[in-house]
Parts: sequence; structure tokens; C-alpha cells
Amino acid sequence: MEAAALHMDGDCLMAGRRRRLLLVAVVLVLVAGLTLAWALIAGSLAIAPAEVLAALGGADGMSASVVRELRLPRAVATFVCGGLLALAGALMQVLLRNPLADPYILGISGGAAVGALTGISLGAASIWIDGGAFAGALIAMLLVFGLAHGDGSWTQTRLLLTGVIVAAGCGAAVTLMLALAPDTRVQSMLFWLMGDASGVSNPWPALGVLLIGLFAVWPFARDLNVLARGEMTAHALGVSVKRLRLGLYVLASLLTAVAVTQVGSVGFVGLIVPHLVRLALGNDQRILLPTAALAGGILLTVADTLARTVMAPQQLPVGVLTALIGVPVFLFLLARHPR
Amino acid sequence: MTPPAVAAPLLEADRLALRAGERWLCCEFSLKLAKGECLVLLGPNGAGKTTLLHTLAGLREPSVGSVRLGGLPYTEWSALDAAQFRGVLPQQQPDHFAASVLEAVLIGRHPHLGRWGWEGSDDQRIARAALADVGLTGFELRDILTLSGGERQRVAVAALLAQAPQLFLLDEPLNHLDLRYQIAVLTLFRQLADQGRGVVMVLHDINLAARFADHIILLDGQGGVIAGDRDTVLQAECLSHAFGHPLRRFEVEGRVTFLPD
Repeated sequence: MEAAALHMDGDCLMAGRRRRLLLVAVVLVLVAGLTLAWALIAGSLAIAPAEVLAALGGADGMSASVVRELRLPRAVATFVCGGLLALAGALMQVLLRNPLADPYILGISGGAAVGALTGISLGAASIWIDGGAFAGALIAMLLVFGLAHGDGSWTQTRLLLTGVIVAAGCGAAVTLMLALAPDTRVQSMLFWLMGDASGVSNPWPALGVLLIGLFAVWPFARDLNVLARGEMTAHALGVSVKRLRLGLYVLASLLTAVAVTQVGSVGFVGLIVPHLVRLALGNDQRILLPTAALAGGILLTVADTLARTVMAPQQLPVGVLTALIGVPVFLFLLARHPR
Repeated sequence: MTPPAVAAPLLEADRLALRAGERWLCCEFSLKLAKGECLVLLGPNGAGKTTLLHTLAGLREPSVGSVRLGGLPYTEWSALDAAQFRGVLPQQQPDHFAASVLEAVLIGRHPHLGRWGWEGSDDQRIARAALADVGLTGFELRDILTLSGGERQRVAVAALLAQAPQLFLLDEPLNHLDLRYQIAVLTLFRQLADQGRGVVMVLHDINLAARFADHIILLDGQGGVIAGDRDTVLQAECLSHAFGHPLRRFEVEGRVTFLPD
């Protein structure tokens, strides 16, 4: 009798949890839509919602071209990059089984910064700066992997240490370039380093990368749950740990590289959003990964829209805004869940 | 799943020898574990008990010799089929992320679910039964990070029970457990063995080994191995040599007991 009561209790709990998840999903999608709409409406040129709709429908005129050519690419780019960074951060935290991991911890953004700043200091066109950032990110990824994997041991401590050291080396190179660069270029270097979405003209390939990445990793989300409980346990439960970790590393690095190439190294999104979602919904990766991607998109879009409107026409670095929004929200949630 | 040959022992090792770096942990020996049997690995610290257990579990390659699970070498098992057939309790429970006790136990159902499967009500029922078996009914929604070491160890045992394998490989299953649960957990696995499963476990307590094992493998830490029936291996002389400390054998109310001098 008692067992039956407990069982029913459990079923009710599960049903309650499902309802809560559905509710959260609906709310997040709605908020994402509202955020994107706000990003299209807000700006130094006031454009009414009806005009925005007309612009998206293909109308002509100045406000239509502002919406289509400036605001839409920028809104989509920030949303996608927020999603990429949050997803990459969640994956890195499982890969390194370290709650403090973020997408930049293994030197990807450091490599990208060296590549981008090299481009800027040579006065290259923006496409070459993007290319330099992406190439730098890939080189850092291969370097860390090669060094950490050198003797085939591939433990997470070794990976973490190698990544942190490579990141530190890249940081030194960045500082050197800043010190040697002529004053005229330092400003754009700093803006790149702090994160800047104003130059994005074509965000659609990055959206493709985000969707492909999410669909590629989602079928393995339960394997990630098992991996989070320990490598030995995962191995014994039939998870091919080596292949899974390699896949995680490559995927998280590529997602980060794409994001950094688009908007520079925006901080906090990749660290804080996975934790926010974990505090709110638990650590089931099947739920965490898509939710983190959505929430990351929302956070970065909100931050970027604020960054370009709060002190318009002056643009603030978006990384500052993500921290200003993310840190208090995070501390609030943390205080509500005392452990 | 490849059906194991009907008469095949759950676990066999042929002329197995293990090396850690340059050091030989154990010389060649063979073993067979049939259904219904419980094998205990004994030996001093660093003798290679965990390495041997991992080798028997297919988590690492033997340096010499071969291991067969249900009559087949591990290379012929898919990882998931092997995980349905044998389960491993690791020596330590590394938990860096929060999870509810129920979620942690449901992890054991992983090999039984397909790529797209979610844990259903059957899995829930199995997980709750496993929690009841280790005395953790009512803990379902607790966060594992708030549990004591012994409670976490019992959660890990419950996850292994939920995995429902034919062969249990336990690395120091009594870690952090108080006296009552030490006996309860060993009794539980003894019952599972009596119902036709197989159990291999690393223990430190010679007297519990004497009480629950059918067979014993004693590693002496210098490459020597004594394998055999419980009563053959559990002699004061062998044990004193292996552990490097003199032990004396007593019989108390019909039960064999060893006490250190």
C-alpha cells in the first residue's frame, strides 16, 4: 500500500516535471521571439513594429533597409552566437567535468584573438580578419589537442592544463600586439577583444552551424549524462568514452571558433548560461543543451541591443553588458539554491 | 544481443598476467566463475586488485593472456551488450555535478535504452526497487551532493542494481559504509549470486571474505597469486605472507576468523 502510494507520488512528480519543462520551453521560445523583435525595433532610428514587418516582407525605403541590412543580420548574429557559446560552454563543462569550464578555457578564443589582431595590425579587410580569427581558433584547437594527446593518455587534467597554458601564451601574444600596434589600430583591436557584432553582414552560415551542432550532439545527450557521472562508470555502461570526448572536444571548439569569428570573444555567456539552466532545470543534458542554446541567444541579443541603444549613438562593448546582466541574475539564482 | 553459449561460465581468464609499467602485478593464472559463485580479490595496497578487476571487466587489456565474458572475448561484445551482461562498481564516486538520487540511479538503465529512448515507468520502478534494496527509499529527490559518503556509495550500488547485469564486478563495495550496511550490501550480493548471478569483488576485510566468498584470489603484491577455494586460500600462513603482517586463525562459533598479531 505504502509502496503504491510512493509510486504514484513519483509519477505525479514526473508529470509535474514534464509540465514544468513544457512551460519553460514555451516561455523561452516566446521570450526569444520578443527579444528578436525588440532588436529589430530598437535603435537610434525609430522604426514602428508595422514598418519592421513590412521591411521583413520586402518593402523598400530607408527604414526597411536599416532593418534588413543592419538590424536583422546583427540580431540573428548575436542570437546565434549566444546560442553557440552557451552550447559550447555546456559541452566543455561535461568534457572537462569541471563546472568552471567555459568555451574559452582551452585557448580557442586566444588563438582567434591572435589571428584577428594579426589581421587588424596588417590593416587587412574585415573578411581577412574573420578568416584570421577562424584560422587562429583552429590552430589553437589542433595545438592543444596535439599536445594534450601527445602520448595517447588524453586525461582531462592534461587537456585542461595544456589548454590553459596555450590560452596564456595567446594572451601574452595579444598583449604584445596591443603594445606594438599604432594608436589608430588599438581601438579596433580592443573592440574586437571585447566583442562586437556591428560588422556582421551574413549570420546565416553560423545559424546553420548552430542547428547542425545541436542536432549532432542531441542524440548523444544521454551518453553525456552518463559521462558526467564519471569516466569509469561511463565506460562500464557501454559509452565509448574516447570517441565521445573527441567528438565533444571538436564540436565545442568548432562552435566556439564560429562564434568568436562572428562577434569576438564575448565573455560570460558560455560560463553563466549553462549554470543558469542547470540551476533552473537540472543537469539532464537532453534538456540542458537545447535550453542553454536558446537562453544564450536571448541573453546575448538582449545585451547587444542594450549595448547599442543605452548610450546611443555611442556603442558599448557587448561583453560588458553580458556580464552586467548575467552576474546579478546568476548570483540571485545561486542564493535561492543554497547547497 | 549475442546470446552467450548456454554452458559458458560467466567469466573466464586464461593464463592472465598483469603489468603496471615495468612491474609485474601477478604471474600467469587462470580462473573460471560460474553462475551462483562469488569470488573475492584480496591483497595489500598496490597489489593490483583494481587493475585485475578492471581487466576482468574489459575496461583494460590484459598484458598477457585472455579474458572471456559469457564465453566470448570482449572484442566480440558490443559495448552496450557487455554493459547489459556485466556491471562495474568503481572504487570512487566522482560527482562534480548535482543530480537527484533517482536520476543518478536511472543512469544504470543506460545500456537498456536505445539511442532515442527515455527512461519509462518500468525504469522508474526498477530504480525505486534498487533504492529500496539499499535502504534509500524516500531519498529519490535528494541532491546527491548533499548525501554522506556512505549514502552516495549506496546510491552507486543502487545504480548498479538498476543496471541488472548477470555479473557484478565490485571495487571495494564497502567503502564508507557503516557496519550494518557492510553486512546488508554483502548479503544482498550473496543473495544475487545464489539466484544465479556472478559476483567478483575487491575486499579488504579477510573475515567478511571468509564469510561471503566461494573462491578467493590472493595477490601478494610481489607478483605471486594464490587462487582457489575459500578454505584453501584462507590460511594464516599465506595471508600473513601476503599482507606482511602475522595473522592468527580462530574459530568462533563455527566461523573462521583471522586476527592480526
